[in-house]
Amino acid sequence: MAAVAASSHAPTPLLKDELDIVIPTIRNLDFLEMWRPFFEQYHLIIVQDGDPSKTINVPEGFDYELYNRNDINRILGPKASCISFKDSACRCFGYMVSKKKYIYTIDDDCFVAKDPSGKQINALEQHIKNLLSPSTPHFFNTLYDPYREGADFVRGYPFSLREGVKTAVSHGLWLNIPDYDAPTQLVKPLERNSRYVDAVLTIPKGTLFPMCGMNLAFDRELIGPAMYFGLMGDGQPIGRYDDMWAGWCIKVICDHLGLGVKTGLPYIWHSKASNPFVNLRKEYKGIYWQEEIIPFFQAVALPKDCTSVQKCYIELSKQVKEKLSKIDPYFDKLADAMVTWIEAWDEQNPAGAAAEKPNGKA
Amino acid sequence: MSQANIEKSEIDIVIGALHSDLTAFMNEWKPVFSQFHLIVVKDPDLSAELLIPEGFNLDVYTKSDIDRVVGSATSILFSGYSCRYFGYLVSRKKYIISVDDDCVPARDNNGSLVDAVAQHITNLTTPATPFFFNTLYDPYCKGADFVRGYPFSLRSGVTCALSCGLWLNLADYDAPTQALKPEQRNSRYVDAVLTVPARSLMPVSGINIAFSRELLGPALIPALRLAGEGKLRWETVEDVWSGMCAKVICDHLGLGVKTGLPYVWRNERGNAIESLRKEWEGVKLMEEVVPFFQSVRLPESAITAEDCVVEMAKAVKEQLGQSDPMFARAAEVMVEWVKLWKKVGSS
Repeated sequence: MAAVAASSHAPTPLLKDELDIVIPTIRNLDFLEMWRPFFEQYHLIIVQDGDPSKTINVPEGFDYELYNRNDINRILGPKASCISFKDSACRCFGYMVSKKKYIYTIDDDCFVAKDPSGKQINALEQHIKNLLSPSTPHFFNTLYDPYREGADFVRGYPFSLREGVKTAVSHGLWLNIPDYDAPTQLVKPLERNSRYVDAVLTIPKGTLFPMCGMNLAFDRELIGPAMYFGLMGDGQPIGRYDDMWAGWCIKVICDHLGLGVKTGLPYIWHSKASNPFVNLRKEYKGIYWQEEIIPFFQAVALPKDCTSVQKCYIELSKQVKEKLSKIDPYFDKLADAMVTWIEAWDEQNPAGAAAEKPNGKA
Repeated sequence: MSQANIEKSEIDIVIGALHSDLTAFMNEWKPVFSQFHLIVVKDPDLSAELLIPEGFNLDVYTKSDIDRVVGSATSILFSGYSCRYFGYLVSRKKYIISVDDDCVPARDNNGSLVDAVAQHITNLTTPATPFFFNTLYDPYCKGADFVRGYPFSLRSGVTCALSCGLWLNLADYDAPTQALKPEQRNSRYVDAVLTVPARSLMPVSGINIAFSRELLGPALIPALRLAGEGKLRWETVEDVWSGMCAKVICDHLGLGVKTGLPYVWRNERGNAIESLRKEWEGVKLMEEVVPFFQSVRLPESAITAEDCVVEMAKAVKEQLGQSDPMFARAAEVMVEWVKLWKKVGSS
């Protein structure tokens, strides 16, 4: 049975000195007012995209550091080329410079949602619960997260697999405006997600998923270097695939390193529907490129000696260069950027940041 | 496909009667069952007469029917929970839905009665998506869709052959778990149906299940029988074994398996602590089979469920048969079952 039953009754630790909240923005941070009761105790890392001369207003009382493009260029020098401009992909710079164990990232058009009883959802608390309890990628539990209060492993679930593995990523969902691609948005402009699915579940090993960066938390020590959000936006042929790219990379690496990825609760309220025509222009290459990218990721095999996230990621970048460049020269650039990212990560996070998995288990 | 397109005449509801008095059970299910044909199979070990209320279109099968159809020279045992497999065998319908006789309809979060049959049929007649996980769960459900980043070429999905429902109140826990948490009851209604990804294994519970008999029929088999198997779910693993085989077969044939809605309400029965003695055997066995199921691969030449069962049986015999006679026996039963299915099960 679930060994961590005790913790489900104890209050969730705040982790206020161990978690940074990373927010990319070009407009303002008014949305933080609504999150104040839940976020005020945490340190924020704000990554300002777009025009660096603009001043971003941060509501009073929040403890934060803010980086605009000039800061990124100054800090990374030539390596700043790997950080996207004019795309929320730039947020991964925040992951890199954070000094904390955990990251929560949220979009500035995401607000506090309510659960079916009308109670406000503390999304951060749920993400922390998800990250602090094990995942179960090796065997699917039909009652979803067995470590949640009121649940457990079902009959037939092998006892040897009930300890689970460490959770590296917690992927939350969205009520109201769902995360649809442009074609779907065009066909269903009025569709709203009103279904509150009261579940957290582990995405099984060997299965890929579309990771959305709107409401996402992860253990930076376990998977941080793989959370590169790619080359998007200004000067790039593609947009709105930053989180997707990171999601495919982290899932392959988590599967290789024996780490877990959860999806489901918590929900946030996504208020803004972006323009589907603008989205279509950004996404359209991604839509047909992904038909080849997905089989690539499904077939990726990482060698046994890739025992750290960085090693896995560098190996992945080699395979991207080898196998995806033929789709478009963009992937050649992306593979280089992936290497630059790791170099920059290691510079910003020297000695000891590269956590080798003790068993090196493939 | 809209539900209206599915003829009620394409569906059989199979009930394994482990209790003789089915009055309360049938009356509770009447709003849901009354429009369908039912097959009730009486546990051959049950001596008392079955009590079934009026108002249903049904056929009842008892020990004498089983003996007549199957014959005596067989290693297949239809006692206890396995009696329902006889119902699967003799049905001639496209879809089968089966629930345990200690379950009644559940209520959803709005207090409405859950039509488990309708939900299972929806699950079986809308595609499954085993090759890529959709984070908004069932994309074919009203109000949902595929999310950004879901490959378009995978959006037509595959045929769903197996629908696994869930349970409120008494969840399908094993005896050790329930014994250690005697007060725990499942009150969480998770409003989702999702496809279990390809190559992921899961414990399939026979308590609330539906499948395409046409596509998968022969793959659900009463093969693994515990020495101390009893009349409580805590004392069996027949469905878990059957389900693991069925999942491997579905993955091989490119068919989908869904899990989630519908819920049924499972009533209190039995004592988990007492069952601990019997089920421990099953728990131990499960440990041995997981690596086997994770690695077993069926040959490309196996293109029907029957072919797949034959191949699975070979693999079971070769790879597990040595470690425990129970597995060797299971393999035998699987082979016999296919023969029986060809003789009796195909129309």
